[in-house]
Amino acid sequence: MQTVKEESFQFTIEAGRAEHHYWMDLWRYRELFYILAWRDIAVRYKQTIIGVLWAVLRPLLTMMIFVVVFGKIAKLPSEGVPYPIFVFAAMLPWTFFATAFSDASNSLIGNANLISKVYFPRLIIPAASVIVAGVDFLISFLILIVLMIWYQYIPDWHILTLPFFLLLAFFTALGAGLYIAALNVKYRDFRFVVPFISQLGLYISPVGFSTTIVPEKFQLLYYLNPMVAVIDGFRWAISGGRTAFNMTELTVSIVMVIFLCLIGIYHFRKTEKSFADVI
Amino acid sequence: MRNIAIKVESLGKKYTIKHEKQESYKTFQDVLIGSGKKIITSLNPFSGHKEQDETTEEFWALKDVNFEINKGDKVGIIGRNGAGKSTLLKVLSRITEPTTGKIHINGRIASLLEVGTGFHPELTGRENIYLNGAILGMSRAEIKAKFDEIVAFAEVEKFLDTPVKRYSSGMYVRLAFSVAAHLEPEILVVDEVLAVGDVEFQKKCLGKMGEVSKEGRTILFVSHNMNAIEQLCNKSILLDKGQITSSSSDIRSIVKKYSIGGENGHLPTIWKNIDNQYSNPYFTPKQFWISDDNNDFLNNPLPNDKKKYINILFNVKELDKNLEVGVRLYSEEGELLLVTHQTDEKEANWPTINIGENLIRMEVPPRILNEYIYRIELVCSLYRKGWIIEPGKNDINIFLNIKGGASDSPYWVKRSSVFSPVIKWSQVEAEGKR
Repeated sequence: MQTVKEESFQFTIEAGRAEHHYWMDLWRYRELFYILAWRDIAVRYKQTIIGVLWAVLRPLLTMMIFVVVFGKIAKLPSEGVPYPIFVFAAMLPWTFFATAFSDASNSLIGNANLISKVYFPRLIIPAASVIVAGVDFLISFLILIVLMIWYQYIPDWHILTLPFFLLLAFFTALGAGLYIAALNVKYRDFRFVVPFISQLGLYISPVGFSTTIVPEKFQLLYYLNPMVAVIDGFRWAISGGRTAFNMTELTVSIVMVIFLCLIGIYHFRKTEKSFADVI
Repeated sequence: MRNIAIKVESLGKKYTIKHEKQESYKTFQDVLIGSGKKIITSLNPFSGHKEQDETTEEFWALKDVNFEINKGDKVGIIGRNGAGKSTLLKVLSRITEPTTGKIHINGRIASLLEVGTGFHPELTGRENIYLNGAILGMSRAEIKAKFDEIVAFAEVEKFLDTPVKRYSSGMYVRLAFSVAAHLEPEILVVDEVLAVGDVEFQKKCLGKMGEVSKEGRTILFVSHNMNAIEQLCNKSILLDKGQITSSSSDIRSIVKKYSIGGENGHLPTIWKNIDNQYSNPYFTPKQFWISDDNNDFLNNPLPNDKKKYINILFNVKELDKNLEVGVRLYSEEGELLLVTHQTDEKEANWPTINIGENLIRMEVPPRILNEYIYRIELVCSLYRKGWIIEPGKNDINIFLNIKGGASDSPYWVKRSSVFSPVIKWSQVEAEGKR
């Protein structure tokens, strides 16, 4: 058994050719990925008593404000869905994205001691931190269920498409997160850019209102934000197809996400080798 | 190839040091424009980050390093700080990429550059064992199988479910080392981890390392502790300025070479702070040398009966009353023989230190040392605050090569002891005392 092991662990380190084993290594280090994700989750809910509550409170409070501002004061249309559900269905993927994006962006710096002391494919760190946001998502999903029961709102088969949109949000966050995380290692100012993007994005994306209020001629431009399709998709899935959702925005979004991920991974892989030297 | 664990071919690692031109930013507007440009260039993933505001300097931490390590070899890597030891380990353990060259590794490799890497204070001892184990490359199944052993070795059974932030520092280090000690890779890379903990614990660690090495694993071991190297290793590599100056299985000879500075036969009695390599507002050494009574510079070899002074010329910009300047004497083998500070006597007798240039000196009493080569190292600290020039981590060394003048006695034969003072003997009236 020993010899078999040795055979599989022969490798060569060569200047500029670290790529060889990279994707294989990523698989080999999957246990580290699980354990880092588990650590982040454990720590998140250990440090504070209201840890779990936090995942509930944040989207709930924002939702209430949006309901009041957009639903009651501005009286924007909600396409026949109770406004709280209408907003919350959008708040879910948005909160997930914002948390995942910001955690991923700061993940490398937060793990500087690991990066400078041990080898593993660095991609594991931001990827693991996105998983943590997934746990928050599951918790706040429970609120949605409570809301649905409250409004006696029964979803149909459309809701089965929800995981797909979640996946889309996952890759949006990962792609953007990888890119910023790598930049953050070298230029710490990007730490300040992240909250700004999440803040701005919240108002640019159709979280508090419906995409239909965006004028026709700007809609294509609006779809360039990949989160538009994710949010509309969530609404569509939860409302049983009652809210607006079209193939154009979905296609644009998928293309944008693929582009974002490619650029994120490309930049991450390119700078990854020097992380230990500059962090 | 079967028998080779690691083969390194013309390995090099270059770092680029950036010197930012401070004066290029004059106004806030300039700063804004400057940083704006920076952000724009850095946002572009295809740009090569060429900023013109900075001048860069290349520095080769490792250059043209070649060696082969056989399976089962225990190799000690020695060298002064900045010689490239840590960089070599980092490249070998794939933390950072080499700039040139190739490394073939044959076997599962694990590196231990620090004990307790990734320990999280909020997590319990149990959780940290799994976490740290995974980080060091153990699988869950492996950790599970060794869990009890790890806990027993660390002696923390009672506190397994307590967050490690509540551990005493001793418990913390024990647990961290215990996880590391139960790693079972074919090749183990260890960096100075033995420098932590108390003497008792260091002994335990050394014992464990010895055990591990008997199991036929390949070990690469970096340390400033020459004793540990001599005990554990069967081969040694001496690094200097990023290059291998010698490598051999005769460890004694390499340790000797390291201790006396490597330069064959040339033993400088003067050290100068060239290019302001060392600079600190509290203490900037300028010159460190051996002189005679009249302050005339002396060269090796020196007779034992001659009065010698060790002089320290230094600059002080900010006065701190905790400043402690010292000298450490080492044998050729690197063993510490004595430590002395300018503050060793009662306070009234301390040399005064003022802002500006200061010259203090210390007397080497005649006929105390033996006819050997000694290394003298300058150290400096702020008492109870921290090191300015830490022992073993600098290269402010001069050498004392004592030849002749050992005694005036016709019976004197060279002594084999470290010191060979001529001590006064006298005769006492036997009658009255009895």
